[in-house]
Amino acid sequence: MDPNSFNKINDYLWEIPQKGEMRVPGRIFASEKLIREMDEKVREQVTNVAMLPGIQIASMAMPDAHWGYGFPIGGVAAFDPDEDGIISMGGVGFDISCGVRTMKTGLTREVVMPRLQRLTDQFYTGVPAGVGSEGLIKLSPTQLDEMLEGGAAWAVKKGYGTKDDLEYIEEHGRVDGAEPDFVSETAKKRQYREMGTLGSGNHYLEVQVVADIYDEQAALAMGLKKNDVVISVHCGSRGLGHQIGTDYLKSLAYTLQKYKITIKDRELACAPINSTEGQKYFGAMSAGINCALANRQIITHLVREIFTGVFPEGHIKMLYDISHNTCKVETHVVHGKKKMLFVHRKGATRSFGPGQIDLPQEYRHIGQPVLIGGTMGTSSYILVGTEEGMNLAFGSACHGAGRAMSRTQAKKKWHGRDVVRELEEQGVMVRGHSYSGIAEEAPESYKDVTEVVDASHHANLARKVARVKPMACVKG
Amino acid sequence: MHYETFDHESDIGIRGFGGTIAEAFENVAVALYSVMVNVHRVRPKERRIVKVSAPDRELLLVEWLNALLSQSDIERMVFSKFEVKINDTSLIGTAWGEMLDRERHQPHVEVKGATYHMLSVQERDNVYVAQCVVDV
Repeated sequence: MDPNSFNKINDYLWEIPQKGEMRVPGRIFASEKLIREMDEKVREQVTNVAMLPGIQIASMAMPDAHWGYGFPIGGVAAFDPDEDGIISMGGVGFDISCGVRTMKTGLTREVVMPRLQRLTDQFYTGVPAGVGSEGLIKLSPTQLDEMLEGGAAWAVKKGYGTKDDLEYIEEHGRVDGAEPDFVSETAKKRQYREMGTLGSGNHYLEVQVVADIYDEQAALAMGLKKNDVVISVHCGSRGLGHQIGTDYLKSLAYTLQKYKITIKDRELACAPINSTEGQKYFGAMSAGINCALANRQIITHLVREIFTGVFPEGHIKMLYDISHNTCKVETHVVHGKKKMLFVHRKGATRSFGPGQIDLPQEYRHIGQPVLIGGTMGTSSYILVGTEEGMNLAFGSACHGAGRAMSRTQAKKKWHGRDVVRELEEQGVMVRGHSYSGIAEEAPESYKDVTEVVDASHHANLARKVARVKPMACVKG
Repeated sequence: MHYETFDHESDIGIRGFGGTIAEAFENVAVALYSVMVNVHRVRPKERRIVKVSAPDRELLLVEWLNALLSQSDIERMVFSKFEVKINDTSLIGTAWGEMLDRERHQPHVEVKGATYHMLSVQERDNVYVAQCVVDV
């Protein structure tokens, strides 16, 4: 997009002025270079979201924004139920609460390297991943409902992990408002055998090493030092989440006429928060969030068992767990007034600043860790939320870099086996359940996450704390 | 080719062609499974029936594809052969396939859902084309 077609507020904030049917302006956080590289659809989608009832302050897009379904990926929008605000399936997506969890190991690169191959092989065989994979745990219908209500807290009660783990998850691993009854039978049937699975595509389990520290104080609070080994998992709410997305895309798209909501794109699929349909979607979506959190908690348990089997001297401790496809109820200040808002983050991460009560004690003075995943061959980043970010964007930041080329093009350009070999030459061990899947995930098929992270940093949405590099990667 | 996939940024488009709408729906379903597995290696051993309805034929396409995805996920099956009967706003589809076998079917990537993006069911020169983008 042409930077001159925006109101430049500063080097990292570009505004689409409010006009026509827009109720608020559009705000895109990005460097000039990123704006130039963004597709024109981002402008269109940010503008469409700005027309939705009850939207507060601005329709926002993060530095990694690109075309999405209704909302842009990297889209953030908050709605006030008292102003006929809406809730939108397009603002959450199919993979509800897809997110990243990073765990510390207590060990350094030097200690881990000699046993890395064994560890990676055991992760590959021990953590179910890939198309059609089944979880090691099968749930009964009653247990599934309990899981949907209880989230990661349910998983811990069942023996998957410790209570301490929950402190390091948004909302302590369980969101209020989950209503299993609003989740369809089909969605539940898809999940009975899928708990504790990684999925496929851009989901992964990675063993990583801390390569750079940018903020000593924040790194200290997080217990991170250069050469520390951490483990990250990127996955979501699996079949249940996808089905909730499908079910409610349909039911919300069909109810638009009923509430006389005019939208330019039916993928925005929304209803007033204070409506039966809106409440049902919120209840189902919240159950989806709990499912993703429970899923990552079970995987944490598997990671812990496998890791301590290979490294009895190690100790898996949570760094943090973030989600990036959610609608959450949060209190924010709007024009000097405290308001309870429904904040949609579609391909965007919650990034709470210092002082927020939801944060664990030891992070409260620094802010919330924000985990930004890179590709198999490139760095991932750990950032921390800022107070400015709370005011600028309801405490939100980017989630990762978008694709630079399509999956089809990537598959034509690379063979999975070559990608694996090249990465191994660079010192990254790769195990995957699908070679063509690996080709589609080749590092060069993604944009540079460093640019996106730097822009988030300069825009004051979140501050860089550390860079981690992959040592080994397991793909579904 | 009765079906094809097409690029769409981060995700994938699927397209089916046919002399009738029903045939186009059958072929776009093959395209769907070609995204997930090597569809040529899926044997049509077992039969499943799917019934859906929707206010228009484009939404019907999304319902059809999503119903197949749900069925596949629940039973861990993949399908390669389809027969579709459309009656105005409702569809009865028969799908033939087998249990997913990773070695045999060489899975690529899961499809999360069929979307409304680039969704269309149209006729061009006596050929019906059914397409949409799927979220992977």
